[in-house]
Amino acid sequence: MRANRVIEGSIHGFLRVLEHTLESEELARRDGLLQSLDPRVKLLGFVGLIVAAAASRRLEVIGAVFGLAIVLAICSRVPLRTLMIRVWAGAFAFTGLIAAPALFLTPGRPIWWVPVLGWAVTAQGSRGAVYLISRVETTATLSMLLVLCTPWAHVLKALRVLRVPMVLVVILGMTYRYILLMIGTAEEMFESRRSRMVGKLAAKDGRRLAIATAGVLLSKTMQLSGDVYLAMQSRGFRGEVFLLDDFEMRLRDWSWLAAFFALGAAAIWMGAR
Amino acid sequence: MHIPDGYLSPATCAALYASSAPFWYVSLRRLKRRLTAKLIPLLSVFAAFSFVVMMFNLPLPGGTTGHAVGVAIASIVLGPWASILAISIALFIQAVFFGDGGITALGANCFNMAVAGSLVAFFTYRAISGRCAIASRRRVVAAGVAGYLSINVAALLTAIEFGIQPMLFRDASGAPLYAPYPLKIAIPAMMAGHLTVAGLAELILSAGLVAWLQRSHPSLLSATAPGAAATEDEVSGTGWLAIRPLLIGLAALMLITPLGILAVGTAWGEWSPRDLADHTARQQIAAASANQQLPPGVPQGLDRLSSVWTAPFPSYAPPFLHTPSFGYLLSAAFGSGLILLAALVVGWAFAARQRSP
Repeated sequence: MRANRVIEGSIHGFLRVLEHTLESEELARRDGLLQSLDPRVKLLGFVGLIVAAAASRRLEVIGAVFGLAIVLAICSRVPLRTLMIRVWAGAFAFTGLIAAPALFLTPGRPIWWVPVLGWAVTAQGSRGAVYLISRVETTATLSMLLVLCTPWAHVLKALRVLRVPMVLVVILGMTYRYILLMIGTAEEMFESRRSRMVGKLAAKDGRRLAIATAGVLLSKTMQLSGDVYLAMQSRGFRGEVFLLDDFEMRLRDWSWLAAFFALGAAAIWMGAR
Repeated sequence: MHIPDGYLSPATCAALYASSAPFWYVSLRRLKRRLTAKLIPLLSVFAAFSFVVMMFNLPLPGGTTGHAVGVAIASIVLGPWASILAISIALFIQAVFFGDGGITALGANCFNMAVAGSLVAFFTYRAISGRCAIASRRRVVAAGVAGYLSINVAALLTAIEFGIQPMLFRDASGAPLYAPYPLKIAIPAMMAGHLTVAGLAELILSAGLVAWLQRSHPSLLSATAPGAAATEDEVSGTGWLAIRPLLIGLAALMLITPLGILAVGTAWGEWSPRDLADHTARQQIAAASANQQLPPGVPQGLDRLSSVWTAPFPSYAPPFLHTPSFGYLLSAAFGSGLILLAALVVGWAFAARQRSP
């Protein structure tokens, strides 16, 4: 199994991305609270809440923002199980692993001694670990909610409100499409190799396979870039970019924008005290 | 390597967004001037390639696997400016759409990997490969070193950003608000994984891809190799000129060696018997070792073995010199000279072996 990790691991990663993409698109089409809001309101509101959670010096405020994220997820018909699998479990495991030694390594007032080892867990270390984990969980939940409740093309178009140059918005949109295309290509290359393979692949051959696949993908990339350019030219592209901005703010969107602004400002103000 | 939200304070994130912005601006300006309409598909497709390559599982010597960032290969094929944009775009999509890296920390991730990584990779590759032929093995070595160095510089920057958090941001009780470890823990912890696993993955991918491109698509390597010799022989005849950029770099490094004088105290673990006998120095050593109790007096073994060999230039300061900075310069020149001499002797021995029937 270990020797075939290059194939199995890569295929697994590709399929997971495709699966996430399909799931996100399905959730973004649902009839829920966040799905019904203007993408610009969601983008500004969520960025504001993320900054508030990141800036807060009080655990209660971070907890309140996390609670708000859960309420928004429920109102938007995003299953908590999806958040648990895609965000909470991974973030907790990764950040927990990083934060755990801080319990003992941070100097401060000892509150507990680990039996047998005798290591002192300090109050400051525990608090620091809780700060880190709660902040990571909250901000990751908010950013995932934004993407799960908004079609990707709308997220990109909404970036214009943050003054992101138009050319970058177009590049991001095209990149996303070509990521999916290239993941499909790379997955097919690994799959075809797997279907012709008997037994295990030596690590050296695995490296050679991965590099050759990346090389083929790179040459396809450069060829694709030329093809796409010619296709764009044939459709009249002369280097100028236009976006069809069909978003329209309704009273409901303005109300939610005000609510996000008030909540974000309150969180920042209370978190700074 | 991808810093999530919550590890860095908003002030640090803002500073790193501000640090990345000029590079994004200059990259975009330079590329627009050169590529015009071709820029959009080229960057889009290459950013997609970088994203997909980051997902490849690379088997590494020792039975483990690792993921590469692909920053060196992007710099080698596209040049540093396009690489900065392509890697930044890939990082943006990873952060926003797949939750790999934070939104507030995006400026930091782009600065570490896309900006610093691309520039280090490009200049290392150019310095080592020089004017050698596109098909030269030296380009493979250069790409490997560029990949290894770029990812480690990015990791070092990340570790420094983590390490300064507890120095600057604590709550009223003294608890760290963000990444909790100081520099003395953050740097070794971060570098241990990158000097071994992640660095190796980047080295293998960069060197392997350049070797593959040399055989299959050498034209893709020519954009960042202006003046490359047509054949290997053309370069080998140039002798020392072929490694001139390396020698210039070495000379520049020698000139800045006196910066070492700025560091105060003794390097951790490099204590002399005199340090261990001195009361003030002992207090400093204990403070730098998480207040661990030192053994009483100087350990006998250390005391005995320390007098076995007396260095001609102890502490980079030959006894006959009274200026510490000149001592550093002299030590750097002497040490580098010895290494160059050793390399010449080994090269001469290999050449003699090849000439013999």
